[in-house]
Amino acid sequence: MSIDTDTAARVAKLARIKVEDDALPALAQEFNNILGFIEQLNEVDVDGVEPMVSVTPMRLKRRKDGVTDGDQQDKVLANAPDSREGFFAVPKVVE
Amino acid sequence: MTELNTLKISEARDALRKGDVTSVELTQACLTAIEGADALGAFVHKTPEIAMEQAQAADARIKAGDAPDMCGIPMGIKDLFCTKGVPSQAASGILNGFKPEYESTITSQLFDAGTVMLGKLNMDEFAMGSSNETSVYGNAVNPWRAGNSDAALTPGGSSGGSASAVSSDLCLAATGTDTGGSIRQPAAFTGITGIKPTYGRCSRWGIVAFASSLDQAGPMTKDVRDAAILLEAMCGHDPKDSTSADLAVPNFEAMLTGDIRGKTIGIPKEYRMDGMPDEIEALWAEGRAMLEDAGAKIVDISLPHTKYALPAYYVIAPAEASSNLARYDGVRYGHRATLAQGDGITEMYEKTRAEGFGAEVQRRVMVGTYVLSAGFYDAYYNRARKVRTLIKKDFEDVFAEGVDAILTPATPSAAFELGKEVSDPVEMYLNDVFTVTVNLAGLPGIAVPTGLDKQGLPLGLQLIGRPWEEGDLLNTAYALENAAGFVAKPAKWW
Repeated sequence: MSIDTDTAARVAKLARIKVEDDALPALAQEFNNILGFIEQLNEVDVDGVEPMVSVTPMRLKRRKDGVTDGDQQDKVLANAPDSREGFFAVPKVVE
Repeated sequence: MTELNTLKISEARDALRKGDVTSVELTQACLTAIEGADALGAFVHKTPEIAMEQAQAADARIKAGDAPDMCGIPMGIKDLFCTKGVPSQAASGILNGFKPEYESTITSQLFDAGTVMLGKLNMDEFAMGSSNETSVYGNAVNPWRAGNSDAALTPGGSSGGSASAVSSDLCLAATGTDTGGSIRQPAAFTGITGIKPTYGRCSRWGIVAFASSLDQAGPMTKDVRDAAILLEAMCGHDPKDSTSADLAVPNFEAMLTGDIRGKTIGIPKEYRMDGMPDEIEALWAEGRAMLEDAGAKIVDISLPHTKYALPAYYVIAPAEASSNLARYDGVRYGHRATLAQGDGITEMYEKTRAEGFGAEVQRRVMVGTYVLSAGFYDAYYNRARKVRTLIKKDFEDVFAEGVDAILTPATPSAAFELGKEVSDPVEMYLNDVFTVTVNLAGLPGIAVPTGLDKQGLPLGLQLIGRPWEEGDLLNTAYALENAAGFVAKPAKWW
């Protein structure tokens, strides 16, 4: 599997990380190095093997579906880069 | 009396209880040591006011006669732990200015026990790295130097600041976290002890997430006894972490008898790597002989899928990271890029993440995005999860045959020079070759210093235990520590 600059650009877009066009060839090369290393996994016979879901065999605990926390709007917003009138503020999303 | 910052937890605890020393005195000694050690780059946010307040409270509690073991003990906290009102950045620019409004479960438990926090410790950005060179704060430096050289060595990573601080006696102990070896590799590089407990032993709540199915916190200490004391304080069930185990926490220190007669120790042949330095080979053979002399039965074992652990890890960890790090979008906390006229929300995300994340973090997020993307999910991610099942089964098989613990080298080399391995990410990944299997299988693993190489740098061995049997594992490590008699300390140059 070889990654070209178009694929690198698509992955950067999916990851929402801005990568300048002139940096794409080097990025594609790095992906190829890492994926080349990962390719070794194709040597393993995994027929009939279940993919691991949880490393320790445990049942997730259940609890009542009720409100356990809240009423701390000021704390929730305290670290926001931009908050207004009790909300997180972002650039215009809908035209 | 020796300088107070050089004490171990056990020594300080006993001296505090006898009234020979106060927590305020211990804390002042550490704060003085920290002030003179900026060259190590270990403490990145110092909290002397909090420390002195906690120390005074601890002294009052000790005087009242009802203090837990960790009461009054000055510690450093890895920057990955959220600490209320104190910068908690995971060594990343994207969390610049972030001060949590809450306290992680582990630091809450430690503070409830009376522990003193001296400050936050350096690390690789989002715990991604093996040399502490991806930190936004700059490198942490190993207090050890090779021979007469004054070249700066890595303390390892990702818990490099923790390792550097404990090794240079800036604090009595530190917290670390371990996703692929981030407690055990730096411990080995700096001549200290570090244990990653069984997955689920320590709550992950309030610890900045890297790869949630692999992340575990643990102690980094000056010896095995201290690791036992601190681990007990860090463990316990937490309803806020759904993978936290609801199991009783034993008194680990009481299990340190040093008697390992009749125990079976496995030596896995797959850990004998091509090109492994002779010194590591010799260290491993010495460890084997030490445990045999202590009365353990040594057996050769096979863990056939070992070779595939690192490639599986470099699918699973980036996949989980790409998902976990999606939350850093410039909306709720941390950095937001300055936007140009006409930029919309997508540009805000893309610019914020490009500015806030360092190169290695960006690389791993994008690799993770790729292996999870449509068309590749089965070929990469599901295949890696199947290989992970096989790696865990390797261990289950040898434990079923009666093996109590497994002895391996902790690292493939001693600490290397800062700047040496940065250029090739895959080369850097090989640092975790002996430790990463343990995370994939969810097992407890401990690194113990057992010798010096010919340049005078510390080397460590790793013991891997059965799930939930940290007490037994610590006792085997204690026997190894007693036999090795490692007491070397780095010569002070900072």
